[in-house]
Amino acid sequence: MKNILLICRKELRSYFASPIAYAVLALFAFLFGGLVFYPTVRELAKYGVQAQMQGQPINLNDQVIRPLLGFASTISLFLLPLITMRLFAEEKKTGTMELLLTSPVRDIEIILGKWIGAMILYLSVLAMSALNLSFLFLWGKPDWQPVLVAYLGLILQGGCLLAIGAFISSLTRNQIVAGGATFFICLILWLMNWFTAFDSTLLSQVVNYLSIVTHFENFSKGVLDSKDVIFYLSMIFFALFITSRSMESLRWRS
Amino acid sequence: MIKVEGLTKRYARTVAVDNISFEVEKGQIVGFLGPNGAGKTTTMRVLTCFLPPTSGTANVAGFDVLENPLEVKKRIGYLPETPPLYPEMEVDEYLNFVGRLKGISSGDIKSRVDDVTGKCALGDVRRKLIGKLSKGYRQRVGVAQAIIHNPEVLVLDEPTAGLDPKQIIEIRDLLKALSPDHTIILSTHILSEVEHSCERVIIISQGRLVAIDSVANLTNRLRGSEAVALEVEAAAGQPTPGDVQLRLEQVSGVSRVVAKEPKDGHLVFEVESLQGRHIRADLARTVVQAGWNLSELRSVGLSLEDIFLQLTASEQTDEPKAAKKAAAEGEKK
Repeated sequence: MKNILLICRKELRSYFASPIAYAVLALFAFLFGGLVFYPTVRELAKYGVQAQMQGQPINLNDQVIRPLLGFASTISLFLLPLITMRLFAEEKKTGTMELLLTSPVRDIEIILGKWIGAMILYLSVLAMSALNLSFLFLWGKPDWQPVLVAYLGLILQGGCLLAIGAFISSLTRNQIVAGGATFFICLILWLMNWFTAFDSTLLSQVVNYLSIVTHFENFSKGVLDSKDVIFYLSMIFFALFITSRSMESLRWRS
Repeated sequence: MIKVEGLTKRYARTVAVDNISFEVEKGQIVGFLGPNGAGKTTTMRVLTCFLPPTSGTANVAGFDVLENPLEVKKRIGYLPETPPLYPEMEVDEYLNFVGRLKGISSGDIKSRVDDVTGKCALGDVRRKLIGKLSKGYRQRVGVAQAIIHNPEVLVLDEPTAGLDPKQIIEIRDLLKALSPDHTIILSTHILSEVEHSCERVIIISQGRLVAIDSVANLTNRLRGSEAVALEVEAAAGQPTPGDVQLRLEQVSGVSRVVAKEPKDGHLVFEVESLQGRHIRADLARTVVQAGWNLSELRSVGLSLEDIFLQLTASEQTDEPKAAKKAAAEGEKK
């Protein structure tokens, strides 16, 4: 446990000592706040009163927050590779992997420490979107439970992609390759979600079920389904497990 | 302290280490010597539990590297070829991290960091970013991280690579100071390094153990045969190199005469004796009796460098016999 925290702290230190953390946070702030949240709120201000007068008040949860968090999910899909690409690739390149692997630490402690470190950076990204949404809570009265469920979904989906990114990063010593491959997988997942949305053949149902993005849909509606939670948790477990295998193979091949 | 038996490490296509066995006693400094690619780093990586051996066993401080890697890792300090540094950390911060990683409690860590920064002369860079340090300082930070948890065994892969002579001497002194209560294995391809700081030498070449002995014994082993540099004055083409060579070869006890480039009107030869024969007096007498002017006669001691070359050279080079003999003796021990 102590070792996990130690490595997690080191990871966070590296993120915030390098431009990565700031780049990710700034990019998210710009994409979410500037390109999505601000225009939405502007429209809301314009038509909100009008809708109220017509007797059809805007439902903040369904019509504003849900699409907003959908965008947050999509944006984070493309920011996560930036977070995971250096996790193992950098250490392999600079040789510090040798330090970690010759220290009295278990492989799984290294992996969990790194994953939790990446998770915390991701959580701080999500916190920025929460900061934006808090304005809606200040001036409107949305239900907070569905929002919490949606955030849980975002956290689980992110955790999943971070674990997959960590695995990819453990395969190479080149950060660009790790980032590129993770980005590619995220892109595929995103597209898969689009392609299978209007199709109901068995294949597309299977693909749809496996798609990490699809499972977020329920969360974003405010539906907490144990099926989705278990799917995400088992994906995280699986990805971290193959990362530990990959680290072990590092010793055998090296 | 360290016991290696029949250690073999095979990669996909190559055999990096081939059936090596040796033992190191507590408190010894052992030099691991060999040309580049001989398998030094691989052996060290096995000892530090970074790589598992393909076959054979390695035992450090009573623990097997495969069965008890965590216990071995606690007792070993390792400086890889490139010091494993995080450029974005400050020296103090880095040593703190490594120390905690190696299992030092939060109460002791400060005094340990103070101690190693003192020992490695890092006092004035403790608050600097590692990325901004010069090569010499980085190397010393590397040594500092290896000794931070006061390990019983220190494994240093080329600890003096890239240092200037003054820093090399400092590292050397540091190792000497550490040696009473640490067992140290250091690899190098610089021979003077071994001559200066090691008690025992393990020479490996192409993955095989060539010799394992004390530095003194290794030099003694080949001191039996003497090499003599000899210069004869030559005026107006007299005497000819061939003449002199012929005469010298006739002296009893001489095994080989090599004519070198003449310089400033002097003919230069290198004469080697058979084992245990002293030939200098006879050489001098022969030259003088022939009526030539002997201008120089001096013994050329075989340095560790020559021994190393002889031991690691392949069959077709000049001294196959010596190499074979030394190898055979090395294996006996």
